[in-house]
Amino acid sequence: MPHVPTPPAPSADKRWKLVTTSLRRQGNAPHALIEGMHAVQQAFGHLEPASLRYLAAALGVPLSKAYGVATFYHHFVLEPPGAHTCVVCLGTACHLKGGPAILSAVERAHRVKAGQTTAGGELSLLVARCIGVCSLAPAVVLDGDIQGPCTPAQVLERLAPCFEEPEGSPR
Amino acid sequence: MTTPDELGDLAERAREADAVYCERLRVCTAASCLSSGGAAVEAALAAEIAARGLGERCQVKPVGCLGLCSQGPIVAVETLAGEGRAEHLVPRMQPDEAAAVVERMAAELPPERSIAADIPFFSRQQRIVTANCGRIDPNRIEDALAVGGYEALLHALHEMTPAEVLDEVHRSGLRGRGGAGYPTGLKWRTVAKAAGAQKYVICNADEGDPGAYMDRSVLESDPHRVIEGMAIGAYAVGASEGYVYVRAEYQLAIERLKAAIRQADRLGLLGSAMGGTSFRFHVEVRIGAGAYVCGEETALLASIEGGRGTPRPRPPYPAETGLFGMPTLINNVETWANVPPIVRRGGEWFASIGTERSKGTKVFALAGKVVNNGLVEVPMGTPLREMIFELGGGIPDGAAFKAVQTGGPSGGCIPAEHLDAPVDYETLTQLGSIMGSGGMIVMDEHDCMVDVAKFFMGFCRDESCGKCVPCRVGTVELHHLLEALARGSASERDLALLEELCDLVRHTSLCGLGQSAPNPVLSTLRYFRDEYRAHLAGRCPAGVCAASARSEAAQ
Repeated sequence: MPHVPTPPAPSADKRWKLVTTSLRRQGNAPHALIEGMHAVQQAFGHLEPASLRYLAAALGVPLSKAYGVATFYHHFVLEPPGAHTCVVCLGTACHLKGGPAILSAVERAHRVKAGQTTAGGELSLLVARCIGVCSLAPAVVLDGDIQGPCTPAQVLERLAPCFEEPEGSPR
Repeated sequence: MTTPDELGDLAERAREADAVYCERLRVCTAASCLSSGGAAVEAALAAEIAARGLGERCQVKPVGCLGLCSQGPIVAVETLAGEGRAEHLVPRMQPDEAAAVVERMAAELPPERSIAADIPFFSRQQRIVTANCGRIDPNRIEDALAVGGYEALLHALHEMTPAEVLDEVHRSGLRGRGGAGYPTGLKWRTVAKAAGAQKYVICNADEGDPGAYMDRSVLESDPHRVIEGMAIGAYAVGASEGYVYVRAEYQLAIERLKAAIRQADRLGLLGSAMGGTSFRFHVEVRIGAGAYVCGEETALLASIEGGRGTPRPRPPYPAETGLFGMPTLINNVETWANVPPIVRRGGEWFASIGTERSKGTKVFALAGKVVNNGLVEVPMGTPLREMIFELGGGIPDGAAFKAVQTGGPSGGCIPAEHLDAPVDYETLTQLGSIMGSGGMIVMDEHDCMVDVAKFFMGFCRDESCGKCVPCRVGTVELHHLLEALARGSASERDLALLEELCDLVRHTSLCGLGQSAPNPVLSTLRYFRDEYRAHLAGRCPAGVCAASARSEAAQ
């Protein structure tokens, strides 16, 4: 096995320790790339260019492959997420029971499209293709908390506090 | 190291510890009930029991899925009744009801509100895979041991040769529960025969079909069963490493699975010198990253290897050239969960359940426009009508049934005229759908079939990995055509093109995703062509699509 010298972490941030531990557990092997990305995203919230460069160097894979993997999977994000996240489920049951109406209500009210973050960084709006709680359809996930069945009005009401701090809700 | 005798002692102690309680309150803590407040209910009940000093006779036990997910959070109140035990299910339990529930339990009265235990939703089920779901605490291996967990594994390791295990699985007639229905025994034999210094077993828990959550529920409710199945498979085919590939969305399942692996490791039921033998088997969890195509086995392998999850042509099949180029046995969660009962009770017992060519039971996730949303496990061959109208309780709000969708984006919509069809692999395929992993979505008269076809095609378009042209381009074009139909701006030519393109994508795509992507369109065209024709005329009969808005505006 060719020895790949482990590069120094991109910064002195202590969270890198979590990442290097995870990579070491996999013997810094190239197949640990996705596990490494999970570790980085869990620690830092997103994958920035410096993180990708670090992972590529530490695992001995081309940067192009790291970028390819990061952009292939929906779960990995390259931009910092908003202060809050709202995931609208658009699985089959949620689609039939009103998920699309929730999505368009949030899009309209907060001038944001699915997959984007509001201009003020308050909220990231995401969609999921089934989160597997079909009995609660239509369901949304607000900051990791699954809620359902929801109406568009209920979701907007629960999102209001996310916008309360400096300038008030853009509604 | 746990020998069979020691395992027996541990199980006996766990059963004795359980038997000291006269009453038990089992609180569902699977993802759906947790979301609707299961944890608060558990805490309130525990506080109430402590406050009344009933802690020595009544146990509050967090358990996995109790099945009737639309009535969550659900609590099972278990009391002594003569020789046996009586059980009442309290639906939609609120924390402030804890005092009343405990008071009536202490007074030996049934709860004020409860779901009768003999409704068809429960009485028509036959539970093999989900036998322990909702009964044991998924976070405690002792609970799994008390109901016979790991007995089959130690029996196989000590009393059976790998060939005998293969025979038993072959005899059972078990077929893959991930959707395709490939005979499990045949697959195992191929891997066992394959030459390789290292072999792998993999559990495919990348349950991505929208509307299907059986695997999530099994992993959250009884993770030890799946691990035990994998270990038995590893012994049968001669593998020493295993991976469970779980989708990232299933955080709770991942946590419980990891905890279960640690506990089994500690008792020597995994790892080296398992159960006091020289057999070793090591399992790791790999977390997906949100790519539906990774449910396809060669894409899943690429993902475990750290790359983009794109499929490759088969053959060679993973059974011969799989993970890191080695022979690999891949089965779905539910398939693995069937293995321990088969080894414990024999392949013949299993083969006595179900139909001629589809043996055993199947777990379905009933969802959509049906009264009882939840998980049901029924013998193969149960008619659709029984599942939807008896177990499912029919269509809510007096609406008329229109179709049932099985098999997710790879399946199709089955109309009312075929409701008496038995649910088995061959029948569903003949009807233009597939068994799939077990999603069963009921649609009523207010649902538009063109909209449903468009929904699934949008899904396949988003999830196409982009490797082969027919799927990458075809799904986009098909979606455009369906959008035009929904808008009411499609022509006869577009409809002909839609059918032609379906045929092309189906026959020329590289993997199952593309090959089956046209199924929702083809099956709705087959049974609901009238609705397509109405859209050509600018009308959506169900009033869902923009086409209907257009025709209304024109009037």
